[in-house]
Amino acid sequence: MRGRDDEWTDLMRSANAGDGVAYHRLLKSVTPVLRAGARRGLARAGQPPDQAEDIVQDILLAVHLKRQTWDADAPFAPWLFAIARNKLIDALRRRGRRVFVNIDDFAEVLPGEPPAETLAPGEVADHLAGLPQRQREVLQSIAVDSDSIKATAAKLSMTEGAVRVALHRGLASLAAKLRA
Amino acid sequence: MDTDRLIRSLAADHESRTRPLAATLAPALLVALLVSLTMLLATVGLRKDLMVAMRNPLFDLKFVVTLSLALPALAISLHLSRPEASLKGWAGWLLLPVVILALAIPAEMMMMPQRPPMMTRLMGRSAMLCLTAIPLLSLPLLAAALIVLRQGAPARPALAGAVAGLLSAGLAATIYAAHCIDDSPLFVATWYTLATALVTAIGALAGARLLKY
Repeated sequence: MRGRDDEWTDLMRSANAGDGVAYHRLLKSVTPVLRAGARRGLARAGQPPDQAEDIVQDILLAVHLKRQTWDADAPFAPWLFAIARNKLIDALRRRGRRVFVNIDDFAEVLPGEPPAETLAPGEVADHLAGLPQRQREVLQSIAVDSDSIKATAAKLSMTEGAVRVALHRGLASLAAKLRA
Repeated sequence: MDTDRLIRSLAADHESRTRPLAATLAPALLVALLVSLTMLLATVGLRKDLMVAMRNPLFDLKFVVTLSLALPALAISLHLSRPEASLKGWAGWLLLPVVILALAIPAEMMMMPQRPPMMTRLMGRSAMLCLTAIPLLSLPLLAAALIVLRQGAPARPALAGAVAGLLSAGLAATIYAAHCIDDSPLFVATWYTLATALVTAIGALAGARLLKY
């Protein structure tokens, strides 16, 4: 996994330098690995895999909101998997499971394992409805309608700065609601 | 919202970068230090014989002890704010004030042949004030530390909160030492430690709730 880890580290360094495309590619690239790890962890706890996608989204939000805690001189993967494990343990605990998370649930990729299919997540969508109107509209526009920040600003008659603020606040409050 | 869409909105938000924790924690603690110092000056004030006391090495040693707690605790607080970090390799630094005190207690006996009896030095004259003042002075510092550390992602929030408690108790004790009329290392080892333990427990309880990410 040396090659993959190095690639992630490079992408994250580019992202920190302001490269949004690298950041998007990084998130895309880690997601299947997180999904497989979440399913493995759920299976080990005797849970059905249907919460896997909620856990993946919870991890992605935390990765995004806590990325300033990554040390650019350290490899990216251990940092990522530490967050992933934390979120998996959290999810299992909230469901009252005795928690046993294997340290390698995320780090190892079993050869020949078919890519896990994406299951419909529920939690983020539920919480989205509870956000303040502006944040919800901005998130809807960017996530669902795939509009750019610029287009969203024009559509909602907001400045681009205000859209950025609403987007960031919306993502932060989604993460807070998932934690509650 | 499916995951691809979530990723799209995260990527759209990629410019929202917060500053590294160290860059935020330092000014926040400075402001809190001023608040705590003002609290001390507005209530009990500095020690009346401060100028004379400063020539007493045991008085000066109190600042060495409190800073030898605060500074390593500050570094460890920053370290523990990272998700993959643990205390491993760092915990030893927290013993530094213990080691200094363990050396200072016999040193006092050798330096001062005409010293009061041990129990008198240990009990001192201001133990209750010490036990109240250090926790109270540490509250602004603990609040500042926890607010900043909330941006972090500690693997063990209660532990991170406890170390933030050590950090704020260490800084609060540094301020209080300028008022404290008891200089014996025996007094410091007893009452400063009890006050610090109290703040550490508060930090652990608060951290378990506030620092979870």
